Amino acid sequence: MASAHGSYYLPNPSPWPIVTSASLFLLALGTVLTINGIKLGPWLMLLGALGIIAMMTSWFGQVIGESESGAYNAQVDRSFRWGMAWFIFSEVMFFAAFFGALFYVRMFAVDWIGSNDILWPNFDPTWPTAGPKGPMPIAPGSIPGPNQFTPMGAWGIPALNTLILLSSGATVTWAHWGLLKDNRAQLITGLFLTVALGISFIGFQAYEYVHAYTELGLTLKTGIYGTTFFMLTGFHGFHVTMGTIMLIVILLRALKGHFRPDHHFGFEAVAWYWHFVDVVWLFLFIFVYWL
Amino acid sequence: MATATAHHDAHPTGITRWLFTTNHKDIGTLYLVFSLFMFFVGGTMALIIRAELFEPGLQITNPHFYNQMLTLHALVMIFGVIMPAFVGFANWQLPMMLGAPDMALPRMNNWSFWILPFAFTLLLSTVFMQDQGGGPAGGWTMYPPLAIQGGIGTDFTILSIHMMGISSVLGAINVIATILNMRAPGMTLMKMPLFVWTWLITAFLLIGAMPVLAGAVTMLLTDRHFGTHFFDAAGGGDPVLFQHVFWFFGHPEVYILILPAFGIISQVIPTFSRKPLFGYNSMVYATASIAFLSHVVWAHHMFTVGMPVAGELFFMYATMLIAVPTGVKIFNWIATMWRGALTFETPMLFAIAFVILFTIGGLSGLMLAIVPADFQYQDTYFVVAHFHYVLVTGAIVAIFAGAYFWLPKWTGHMYNERLGKWHFWLTMIGMNLTFFPMHFLGLAGMQRRVPDYALQFTDFNQWASVGAFIFGFSQLLFVILVIQAVRGGKRATAQVWEGAEGLEWTLSSPPPYHSFATPPVVK
Repeated sequence: MASAHGSYYLPNPSPWPIVTSASLFLLALGTVLTINGIKLGPWLMLLGALGIIAMMTSWFGQVIGESESGAYNAQVDRSFRWGMAWFIFSEVMFFAAFFGALFYVRMFAVDWIGSNDILWPNFDPTWPTAGPKGPMPIAPGSIPGPNQFTPMGAWGIPALNTLILLSSGATVTWAHWGLLKDNRAQLITGLFLTVALGISFIGFQAYEYVHAYTELGLTLKTGIYGTTFFMLTGFHGFHVTMGTIMLIVILLRALKGHFRPDHHFGFEAVAWYWHFVDVVWLFLFIFVYWL
Repeated sequence: MATATAHHDAHPTGITRWLFTTNHKDIGTLYLVFSLFMFFVGGTMALIIRAELFEPGLQITNPHFYNQMLTLHALVMIFGVIMPAFVGFANWQLPMMLGAPDMALPRMNNWSFWILPFAFTLLLSTVFMQDQGGGPAGGWTMYPPLAIQGGIGTDFTILSIHMMGISSVLGAINVIATILNMRAPGMTLMKMPLFVWTWLITAFLLIGAMPVLAGAVTMLLTDRHFGTHFFDAAGGGDPVLFQHVFWFFGHPEVYILILPAFGIISQVIPTFSRKPLFGYNSMVYATASIAFLSHVVWAHHMFTVGMPVAGELFFMYATMLIAVPTGVKIFNWIATMWRGALTFETPMLFAIAFVILFTIGGLSGLMLAIVPADFQYQDTYFVVAHFHYVLVTGAIVAIFAGAYFWLPKWTGHMYNERLGKWHFWLTMIGMNLTFFPMHFLGLAGMQRRVPDYALQFTDFNQWASVGAFIFGFSQLLFVILVIQAVRGGKRATAQVWEGAEGLEWTLSSPPPYHSFATPPVVK
């Protein structure tokens, strides 16, 4: 199985992994110092982030160069595929932790608080809730007064965003079909549309956040509802942003003439990732916004 | 940019060899040396704990520092010693056992190692911040609300755990890609050595569990600093939620710490019994069953939090079910030795000790699985005895078995067998003297995580402390032995052990830089 297509590519020693580790260290140290109000923190974070960006351009750039020069045989390609697939699975498990938290509080914790009349008298344990000491939820569409919040509805922007993400999943697949047929125009058009849809999604999501903070009285601190809402949609939004950046890189590579019908792991990895954020969104739409 | 044609030639020397390496043997060595170093760091903390517990009352530490020591001891031993040691074994052995030139993703391999020293710098630096509250002191499980009230050390811990998690996930991805994609022609899945099988399953557990831990500590961080209410009942959250998320990671984690040990033992015992492993297929299926069950038993760590009875029953029975595949394994190891031509070199001694002592740890685990009994055992030294029997006399003993087993292959020299036997017997006496009395202490009601105790527990605690110092200092023999073997000694043959079978024993000792430049054909 191994040597059928020439030898397996073994890279030279590389400085980039340890640069990445050091940058990660600075980012982590900077984060700790920043959230504890120590002035050096943000600078260390910046330094760490710059290191990671430098690593990404150089390390990933090197990989792209090796790929385009034909160094990778089919077996290397399979290693990359296994790697990406299981990386996405690890991301699934990360989201699972937060979905698990959401289901646990909705199924158990809130009810248990409601059934404890000694500690928490007069608490109504219906979802959405910000807990016995949090602001009270009011009906969608009404203006929250002091110590009140309006839960996020499902059928305005969130439904539109669902449509946008689902369409972007279709456009990226259409682009893939173009690549397989060696139709470069279809590939580039499809990728461009996908990027445009991704950016629209992020824009709408940002608008929704501003709306929640300024008009709905809904923030990260709004009890367990605000916590789960913003943590889940926030991590998802972060992943969409990463996915969009990855798509932009793939679009630029496509414009430079990279990828062949039989050799385009980079494209497929990003497409898989994009479908993954798409599926996570469907769960978010059902369990966070709708039900 | 390196060209594709020149890529086999660069061998930097000196420090850059180790910093920039993409070679599975170099990275394996880094992991193992790191693990050995951290073994002494974590061991020093254990000895501080045992010194404090030599007598009732407070002798050498204050309670806050004691709590930091026990928290850091656990984090160091789990994430800094046992896991890196197994990854080191995987790095050295997987390509050789599979007939591959190297790991599938060599640069990522370097990255997953070099995250660790930085992560532990972050974690251990907290010891030097005593004026700011010092290191994490709420136990390695970091339960809220205590963990939410901790100082800046808790934040350092959280971020360092994020880094360790990234390292583990990357390492696991590499292991899976290597095993699924780098096997020599003819090596079907059911022909793989058992060490490879156990690591494949461990890698799946890692990818399933570590991101959940990342999620759990992220929730802690946002509850501490960003006003979320995951673990705050006033906001509709629940501190017990943390325990659920944590142990959803934590229980697969204990199998991450023991499955590769099963793999090592399954290589060592057949070699020195001069017989093939008994029940290979059942070993594979048992490992997979353990891995599956490990995901549905997490709440047995939290029987006393006030779960519904249905939940307690489910988690009790599911936990007991794990004894079945584990029993299959113990049976198979003993059946492998049955009527074998046994010899008792140091690796075999450690392997036999593993089978006996791990079984003790497994049986005390069964006792803890019984809900009403657990109500009594919870948070006593019985629990401490149980998990040290599976992790020290289990995982650590298996790591020694593997180290002695493969050291001649790695260095090209036989180690000093006499010194190895001394190390074995002193370790056995020390570790059993340390941990066995803890069973009695726990059953008699001594609480864990307290630096003081009632007078009647003194005798057993003194035995344990004496045992701990014997155990700790006898590990220096191992360091001497490894240094001797690296520097010289009797040349090892390619096969090293008379009964050794498998691809790694067809390579010279030490093996060539790229293990198998052309893949062998497995019949």
